[in-house]
Formats: sequence, C-alpha cells, structure tokens
Amino acid sequence: MRDTFVASATGFLADPRTTIVLADISADAFTEAGRRYPDRVVNVGIREQLMIGVAGGLALTGQRPIVHSYAPFLVERAYEQIKLDLDHQGVGAVLVSIGASYDRAEAGRTHLAPADVALIDTLDGWTVHVPGHPDEVPDLLHDAVCGLHSTYLRLSLRGNARAYPKAGGLQVVRDAGAGAALLVAVGPVLDAALAAVAGLPVTVAYTHRPRPFDVTGLRALAGGEVVVVEPYLAGTSTRVVAEALADRPHRLLSLGVGRAELRRYGTAGDHDRWHGLDPAGLRRAVGRFLTRAG
Amino acid sequence: MTAPTATHPPGHTLPAPVVAPLERLRAGRHYDANVYSTVDVHWVLYDRVLRVTPATVDDPDRDRFLLSKGHAVAGYYAVLAAKGFIPVDWLDDAGGPDSRLGGHPDRTLVPGVEIGSGSLGHGLGLGVGTALGLRAQGRTTPRVYVLLGDAELDEGSNHEAIAYAGATGLAGLTAIVLDNASASHGWPGGVASRFTVNGWTAATVDGHDHDALSAALTGHDGHRPHVAVAVDGPTPGSGK
Repeated sequence: MRDTFVASATGFLADPRTTIVLADISADAFTEAGRRYPDRVVNVGIREQLMIGVAGGLALTGQRPIVHSYAPFLVERAYEQIKLDLDHQGVGAVLVSIGASYDRAEAGRTHLAPADVALIDTLDGWTVHVPGHPDEVPDLLHDAVCGLHSTYLRLSLRGNARAYPKAGGLQVVRDAGAGAALLVAVGPVLDAALAAVAGLPVTVAYTHRPRPFDVTGLRALAGGEVVVVEPYLAGTSTRVVAEALADRPHRLLSLGVGRAELRRYGTAGDHDRWHGLDPAGLRRAVGRFLTRAG
Repeated sequence: MTAPTATHPPGHTLPAPVVAPLERLRAGRHYDANVYSTVDVHWVLYDRVLRVTPATVDDPDRDRFLLSKGHAVAGYYAVLAAKGFIPVDWLDDAGGPDSRLGGHPDRTLVPGVEIGSGSLGHGLGLGVGTALGLRAQGRTTPRVYVLLGDAELDEGSNHEAIAYAGATGLAGLTAIVLDNASASHGWPGGVASRFTVNGWTAATVDGHDHDALSAALTGHDGHRPHVAVAVDGPTPGSGK
C-alpha cells in the first residue's frame, strides 16, 4: 500500500496546491519527487509537532498538505497539533499513516497504533479511510486530496485477496438473506471475517470508510444482531452503530484489537490470534454471540 | 517618539492611539504588567512594519502576523481596533457570550487575526508552514511574523521550528520574542542565541523603543530567518 501511495501522491504534485510533508519516514521514497518539486516536498526531519504545524500553515496559505508518517508518530505524538493547528484553524489536511495496529509487531509497543482511529474520532468532521487492498488506495487518496476537509488514510501491510473499490458505503459481499445477522468488516479484516462465518447465517458487508460511517446502509442491512470487526481498537465504532440503531432493539458485538498491552513481539499474524481477529477467534466470538441470541 | 499618555503601565507610556481602545477593553479591571509588555510591539508592527490593512486581510500577498502567545490579546485587540480591523465597540463585551473577542484569539471570529492561539508553542510551526506555502506559490513579497514569549520558548515545539527554519534558510520568516524574563529556568546566554546557533540573524532591543523595535523587526537579510528579541525591562548589555 505504501508503494501505491507514494506513486499516487507523487502524481498529485502536478497540482501546484499539493504539498507533501514528511518527518524522515518514507523520505527516501519521495527523493525523486523532491528533486522535481523542491518547494512542495518538505521533509522536516524527525519533528512530528512541526510536521503537523507546517501542514496547518501550508493550508492557511491555500496549499493542500499530504502529511505522512508512521501511525503512532503521525496521530498520537502530535495530537494537539492536529486538534489546534488543523481543526481549530479551520483548515484541513490529508494524513496518511503506515504501520497500522501491529504491522511491525516485532518492533514492540512504540510502533503499534491500535488507538489511532479512536483518537481521530474524538475530532469533528474527519473522514477516515482504511483500505483493505493496495488497489483501493489511489481512489481514496484522490478523493481525499481533492477535498477540502481533513482525512485520515490508514495504510497497512495487511489486506484482503481482492480489492473492493468504491466501498465507502457498506458493500454486501456475502448475503445470507432476510433476518440474518449482519457482520460489518472494516478494511483488511474482511477475508478473516468471511472465513470465520463460513456456513453461518451471517450477511457480511465491507467498508473501507469507517468515518463518516454509512449509517443509511447500516440501517438498511441490519436486523436484530450486528457484529462489527475493525482492525484497530475494539469498540471504536460502537458509538456510531449504537446511535444509528438507537430506535430499534438490537444486539451489538464489537470486535477489534484489545486494549491491554500484551508486551509480546512475534508477527502480525500472532497478534491477530492473540486479539481474536484470526478466522478461528472471530468464529468463536461470533458463534457465542449468535448462540446467546437463541 | 510617542507622546506620553496618562495611563497605567509601569515604567513606560503607551502609544497614544492605543490608549482609548485599551481602556475600553480594560473596563476598570486591573491589568498586570505583562498585559502592557507587548503593546508597543503590536503597535510598531501594525503602524510601521506589516503590509496589511483592513482592506487586505484576505489578500494572498499580505504580510502575516501570527500571535503565538495568545494570552497577549489585550494589546492585540486594542491595536486591531485602533487600526480599523475590528469595530471599537467589539471591545465592550470581550469574553461575553456573544463576543468575537475571547481571552485567546480565534482566527475564524476576528478579521485580521491569522491564527487561533492560546496553547503555547503552536505559532512558530504554523509560521514555518505559512512561509513554506508562500514560497511554494512564488510569493516573495509577503513576510511572516510570529510573536512568542520567552517563557513560551520552553515548549519544545518551538525548537523543532527554530532548527528546521534555520537549517533550510527559510528567509520569509521573522520571529519576535517578547522577553520579559518570565521563563522559569531562564535562558542563560540570552534568547537570541537559541536562534543564532541555528543560523538565524538576530537583533535584541528595548521592547518599548519604537525606533529600535522597527529597525529590529525589519532587520532580516533576505537569506535567513530573523529574530527580533524585544526586551521588557533592562536590555542585556545596554547598561540600562
């Protein structure tokens, strides 16, 4: 996904408004673009507060900043700059992260960012894209860069076997018929979710845009049982789903990355298993949830 | 020099056009000395230095003034009123439920205000980005001024901006540090040295001497970022 992002972002530099802001991460990948557009590929060094402040200043002059770094450094380290240098100034930027919840699990806690989407979700009016396949990235970046508002694009090494372009709204990928429970999979967890519910009466819908969440689609598809599977902090979308279905009796199961710090390395696959996000773990959780419905 | 006026700052007099709006804003309350420490800087900027008027607040080629120490609003609002950026009667209900003038400024509410500030350490980064944006657009005329305090320099974010702007020779940027010796642990060797070691030019002057301030604020060499340190109190090395 990062390669796709670098190629797409470099292409957007043809628009004189586009400015890429980096803090050393991925700077090598933009070296050539920087030679061609020295004033619009800005690497501030390992300075994340400045990275977001610079984005805010650029936006104040009418530039469209694409700000890119590793997820915890982009979103968590300079959260007040995101809140004040972008939102409070009334300007927007496109934030693009890599690393996701635990792409580099062996690096340990400092490089894990399961709470990034929840943190962005404390802000007002942000769009959040969580693509599940590299081929979904160019369109999402295009929509983000051509808009005026702030967007968070969360890239990952993980993903699904096939791309689902234009899946901002909920897209049904497995229809179990009327009355079936609804499982919403966000981004890279779709394949594991599909494998998990094989043989179960569960409709599966996919989205790579958890914010704004497709509330209309949710209300059209949801019956009495809803499962949300997200590749970041479990429960991040509980609020929006509960609000969307507040006028009807329903049960909701929110699955995702756990809150506890595991203090374990291993691989991303290991962390999937430990957080119950592998097919077997998801099947256990969904099975228990559906059984309790009876 | 500005004629002396009968008002309340200790140790120096205020620019005459600012006195009435500042008194209107004060509305009988007590102002601590620090409120008065930045009034001269605001006045000299808007009276002599900044190429911006109420008619050009949206002109892309205007100079930008970013108030980073957002609590220094009293003098700012008074000068904006004196120069016609905001109606003088806005001063009467500052901080009220329907007022556009808060204890920290909001750029979306006040004409001529370039940034919302209050939390310290945000203005210089925004100023670096603004200077970069203007440069990317080929606008060589406008200059970006950012007003900070010496205590505000405690915030590490400033040092990210100082190092980067100096290393890359960001020529369109001028920082102004109002030094009223309020940093808890001081700046041994002087505030200016934090900038000059990173390649900035610097001038340290009496923060209430309008001619000296004006010279310091326009003392950039066109190749590097510049800092004007405006000292409130005895100027280091001046013997005063």
